[in-house]
Amino acid sequence: MGLALTIGSPDTTLAIDVHDLVKRYGTRTVVDRVSLTVAPGRVCGFLGPNGSGKTTMLRMICGLLTPDSGHGTCLGHDLVREREAIKRQTGYMSQRFGLYDELTIRENLEFIGRVYALDRLRERVDEALERLGLATRQRQIAGSLSGGWKQRLALAACVMHSPRLLLLDEPTAGVDPKARRAFWDEIHAYAAQGMTVLVSTHYMDEAERCHDIAYIAYGELMARGTVREIVAGSGLHAFVASGEGADRLANLLRQPGITAAAFGTTLHVCSPERDALLAAIAPFRSDATFEWREADPTLEDTFIQLMATARDNSEG
Amino acid sequence: MFYGAAVRGFLVRLAAIVIKEVVPLMRDRLSFSLMFAMPILELLLFGYAINTDPRQLPTAVIAADQSRITRTVLTALANTGYMVFTHHPESEAEANALLQSGDVQFVIRIPSDFTRRLIRGERSQLLIDADATDPMAISSSLAAARPAIDRALRNDLVGPLAEWAGRDDAVELVLHRRYNPEGKSRLNIIPGLLAVILSVSMVLMTALAITREREHGTMETLLATPVRPIEVMIGKIVPYFAVGVMQTVVVLLLAWLLFDIGVEGSFSLLMLGTALFICANLAIGFTISTVTVSQLQATQVSFFVLLPTILLSGFMFPFRGMPQWAQWLGECLPATHFIRITRGVMLKGSTFEAVDQELVALIIIVIATATLAISRYRLTLDAAAKPAA
Repeated sequence: MGLALTIGSPDTTLAIDVHDLVKRYGTRTVVDRVSLTVAPGRVCGFLGPNGSGKTTMLRMICGLLTPDSGHGTCLGHDLVREREAIKRQTGYMSQRFGLYDELTIRENLEFIGRVYALDRLRERVDEALERLGLATRQRQIAGSLSGGWKQRLALAACVMHSPRLLLLDEPTAGVDPKARRAFWDEIHAYAAQGMTVLVSTHYMDEAERCHDIAYIAYGELMARGTVREIVAGSGLHAFVASGEGADRLANLLRQPGITAAAFGTTLHVCSPERDALLAAIAPFRSDATFEWREADPTLEDTFIQLMATARDNSEG
Repeated sequence: MFYGAAVRGFLVRLAAIVIKEVVPLMRDRLSFSLMFAMPILELLLFGYAINTDPRQLPTAVIAADQSRITRTVLTALANTGYMVFTHHPESEAEANALLQSGDVQFVIRIPSDFTRRLIRGERSQLLIDADATDPMAISSSLAAARPAIDRALRNDLVGPLAEWAGRDDAVELVLHRRYNPEGKSRLNIIPGLLAVILSVSMVLMTALAITREREHGTMETLLATPVRPIEVMIGKIVPYFAVGVMQTVVVLLLAWLLFDIGVEGSFSLLMLGTALFICANLAIGFTISTVTVSQLQATQVSFFVLLPTILLSGFMFPFRGMPQWAQWLGECLPATHFIRITRGVMLKGSTFEAVDQELVALIIIVIATATLAISRYRLTLDAAAKPAA
């Protein structure tokens, strides 16, 4: 139970501790001096718009890519010099299904098990199949599985060698809610066993299931902390309008510095400037059709705001 | 008007498809440049290199009789341009060894009584032993030899010998088509075919095996595991090696059953050569897979290697017919050496000593290509990675 003890003690080494990572493709800087620390046993959500450098970061952390500059450790091992040690203790799940379509479910798990030179291969594969609930379909070709099952199989494959760190790259993209829920239950079960998880996602509900979040945009780390901290730190003010036709106001209210989005029949208006926001909604507040109330900004509001800030920075 | 609109719609949709096909094609610079470079290079290469009428074939001469007449005959043969007297062996055994190892294409023997018989008014014999494993390579030379000798004698036979000068049978050409007495092309083709079949399947299969991983995204999973490059390489090669051995067995069996071509020499020597040749092709395929990113590219590059294998290795056209630069190019191909081994061992019963140079050449090619492949194979995605989403 040494593992559990290490996790519990506060002074234990960070699972991920990287500083000023830079990755360039030609003249394009995809990751620009990003530092990231993740404490052991945490489920950390990695968010950011498409092309923001999430995949590149994950690949650098697990040794698939060499950073152009920067340094750091992963599970206490040097990012560049001790790649092998990192690979042995890390499970990486790529965005695309990374297992063999032409092999059966069982054959895929056996392959991964052999690659990590695991003992008791048959037992471990049986266990993994049992946990997945795929024991009866183990002879099925992996390529014929649905998206949700493929992702769960990929997850099962990358935890076969009991890694200390899981790096998951948009594992639930295009997966239905039920399968996503099952997937996240599994992630938390692994975290409870002491695994550290860094998972990239675009889904807000998934971000809220993480212990904490790192938000990256245009190659730069924009925010880091728990959902509550990030929302509070955004300095956003929000109003919600409801009533017949409230959602139609979105186009009328949208202006620089103010975001407006319809959620069903309600409207969500946000701005970092409370006065500007009040001035903007004033003409509609007198309309009795709409009911206005001040609300907490959501995580999505915060991210859209962060993205706008990041774009201003990168363009300015 | 109605037809006009329908035609226009058809054309617009057609253009959409054409553009969709062309745009990625233009973007794939390797495939695109290969599309043009390949025909140009191959045209130049094969247009100039292939010559089914090879000249300057190395020839060994054993002249037991040295007279003005024998010198005239030999000069006439050399003047045909088909033969160059490169060797003057001391003994029959030495001459045979030269023919066996392929150092010479012909051995010309002038019997000790050549001049004496001519003067006496009897027919003289000139013996030519030809390596007939490649019938195409020798046919022109032999066809040119007869008239050349007759013409030379006509000028030389004067005085009392003039009587012979007008006749075409003063010298009898005794021809031995060694190793392939009937001059069957089939005999030449089949041992070479083994090389071509192995090349095509081995190079292509390995080249595709790795690029498939990259294309399907499984390479990323593989690289994230502790697997080492040498393990991937050997792991990929072993199954195909087995396939190659099985193909060899099938080809040899069919050659024996259908064409009655057995193995004259040592079977284990042939297998040694085959094993080295398979390794060389697998290493080439592996190298191709490290420079290409898609299966399409891998296939194109493979054919770029395979065509010279078919055309410049001596399989299809006589090796000695090619200009020097093309022969040097051919020497770099494993198939060239393997074909010499198969023809030697299967048809001539060549021993280890006769083919040891070819075996060494194969070993050098294997080591060089494997080193290149391993140094190109990356443990990271750095080389292949494109800006990820």
